[in-house]
Amino acid sequence: MSEVLKQLYSDKYRGPAWLEAFNQQARSQCSELVLPGRKTENWKYTSLRALEMEQYQPLAEKPALVDHDLAHLSIPQLDSIDLVFINGYFEAALSSDLSMLPQGVEICLFSEASTTQQTIILQKLGGAIEQNKHLFACLNSAQLSDGLFVNIGKNCVLPKPLQIVHINTGIDQAYAVNQRLLLVAEQNSEATVVERFLTDDDGPAVFTNGVSEFYVEADARLSHYRLNMEQEEALHIGNISALMQRNAQLNSFSLGLGGKLKRLDLTVEYRGEGAEAKLNGVYLTQNQQHIDYHTCIEHAVAHCTTSEVFRGIVADSSKAVFNGRIHIHRDAQKTLAQLSNKNLLTSNKAEVDTKPELEIYADDVQCAHGATVAQLDDNSMHYLRTRGVSEAEARVMLSFAFINELINDIKLSAIADYLRPELVNMFSTDDGLKRHLL
Amino acid sequence: MLSINNLHAKIDDKLILKELNLQVNAGEVHAIMGPNGSGKSTTGHVLSGRDGYEVVEGSVSFLGKNLLEMDTEERAREGLFLAFQYPVEIPGVSNMEFMKAAVDAVREHRGQEAIDAVSFLKKTREFCKAVNLDQNFLKRGVNEGFSGGEKKRNEILQMMLLEPKLCILDETDSGLDIDALQVVAEGVNSLRSPERSFLIVTHYQRLLDYIEPDFVHVLAGGKIVKSGDKSLALELEEKGYGWIEASLSGAA
Ligand SMILES: Nc1ncnc2c1ncn2[C@@H]1O[C@H](COP(=O)(O)OP(=O)(O)O)[C@@H](O)[C@H]1O
Ligand SMILES: [Mg+2]
Repeated sequence: MSEVLKQLYSDKYRGPAWLEAFNQQARSQCSELVLPGRKTENWKYTSLRALEMEQYQPLAEKPALVDHDLAHLSIPQLDSIDLVFINGYFEAALSSDLSMLPQGVEICLFSEASTTQQTIILQKLGGAIEQNKHLFACLNSAQLSDGLFVNIGKNCVLPKPLQIVHINTGIDQAYAVNQRLLLVAEQNSEATVVERFLTDDDGPAVFTNGVSEFYVEADARLSHYRLNMEQEEALHIGNISALMQRNAQLNSFSLGLGGKLKRLDLTVEYRGEGAEAKLNGVYLTQNQQHIDYHTCIEHAVAHCTTSEVFRGIVADSSKAVFNGRIHIHRDAQKTLAQLSNKNLLTSNKAEVDTKPELEIYADDVQCAHGATVAQLDDNSMHYLRTRGVSEAEARVMLSFAFINELINDIKLSAIADYLRPELVNMFSTDDGLKRHLL
Repeated sequence: MLSINNLHAKIDDKLILKELNLQVNAGEVHAIMGPNGSGKSTTGHVLSGRDGYEVVEGSVSFLGKNLLEMDTEERAREGLFLAFQYPVEIPGVSNMEFMKAAVDAVREHRGQEAIDAVSFLKKTREFCKAVNLDQNFLKRGVNEGFSGGEKKRNEILQMMLLEPKLCILDETDSGLDIDALQVVAEGVNSLRSPERSFLIVTHYQRLLDYIEPDFVHVLAGGKIVKSGDKSLALELEEKGYGWIEASLSGAA
């Protein structure tokens, strides 16, 4: 194990006894893996140096809850079941009452799981991720002491979106958060899950290692929102993996604001025919920030459909990395797959490394992919100005428009309405330039 | 109103406008006709201040001011309006947001009171009806997925909202069916006033049946080669441009 890994790895985590074998297996797997460096293909453009700058140690115990004003962090129009985690620890007082859940819907912490639930957790946990390819997910497993388990029973519908909010606050030390979600959407069930990652105004020195695993069984429909909106001091390495069975549907939206180090791996693997995934994403980076999205779609079986659209706006001296891999296996005939990644550079010091990666071994498939890096369109700019709109306002309107197309496409209107002003505000501090968008 | 003197302009080192002269007085309607590639759209772009179009010689004054010194948005606020031959699609900006931004900017510049959202919506809906454009188009992205005719009607809608002093219409009639053509003509005619002038670029006499021009000019090779009254348009319709080009080369 390298020095950094040793540092990130801690025995202080004490999980329940029933998880020990799971931890142990991941631990031995971890010891065989090396920390990715420049030569590691999947990490070529993203440096882990920021991890070495502080001692990101897991908190040995739950820190006392400072009386933070969290009201402004809520999404006004979203009527949801809320689960709030602060600095990695569940806060029941800030969360919804789970005793009212309808029959067939189970939501619990691993630490409070019944023996039946423990059995399911152990059966599924880690199964949607290739841990030997994802060191940080492996690390997450190795020191996993608690997590969140969600099970939507056969034919059940989660009555409201489940909103899981992770808030990291500034405390007097650097710390690490090991976050884990395991969700099983059983046959013909339906659920919407919103995962939000936030920091309070203190700009905490925190490293979040987040892993979310989704089992979308036959005919089940899952909508997933992954909103990484932490301040730039917060480091985040996240892994979202979905296993899709026959006719399963996944509708996923990602939002990433940049940070010192932010890396998200999204993997979708089709295990049953007729499954569909729609993955949209928006990322915005400023200052010296960095963000890296690696998506990987495994078309292992025939007749599955993927549509993936990611857009990024890269400003100042920031950097964005996008890697969209679509792997169409030999038997995956009649695959439909579309991938588009467009980037808007608003500064000549900004940088984008984008790579669509199509690997096709089946012959009867329809695939399209495209990646672009460009500046604001001159024609649009001119058109707005011929109507009297100032260049500065036109710039704000057009930049926002670039991502607004994807915001408009969000199914949950409360989320779109919440994000729109949040994002518009990133394009200017001058209210006059934003007044027609707010 | 507008005075173009000895204008020479180039794109990418290619001289397109050569010795262009044109006087437009307040209240006049001028039609500009001419073969494809003669510089009609270029004239509109140069007047609107588009990047990439370089004026190498000559001057343009607009309402007594040096037009060429102004930024594009300033020209618009001063009252110059260009209806594009190819209106631009801007997904992600709604038509409504776009028009409100435009109207606010122009009114502010003219020292007019800001228009509140409700009155604006009312006015916009009324104009939508006038140009026969469904109100749903206000919510859609600017020109996004509009048909050719819808785009042109949207240009007229903007023109009506912005109340310009000089309206340049670049082939607004091209590709329109007869109903849409009438809508465009009615829009223009409703705006005609002694203080407002029009420069109408067209290939067809039929638009001029509805909008009667005071002058008709033929632009060829980057300059105006012939001017006359509305009967010139009829003559062009009948004979094409060949006879002008022939008479010009004959004279040379
Ligand atoms: N962006 C451009 N770059 C180079 N040449 C251009 C460009 N736009 C127009 N031109 C040329 O300028 C000339 C005039 O074009 P235009 O003004 O569009 O003609 P019209 O509108 O009269 O048909 C044509 O020869 C055309 O090819
Ligand atoms: Mg033209």
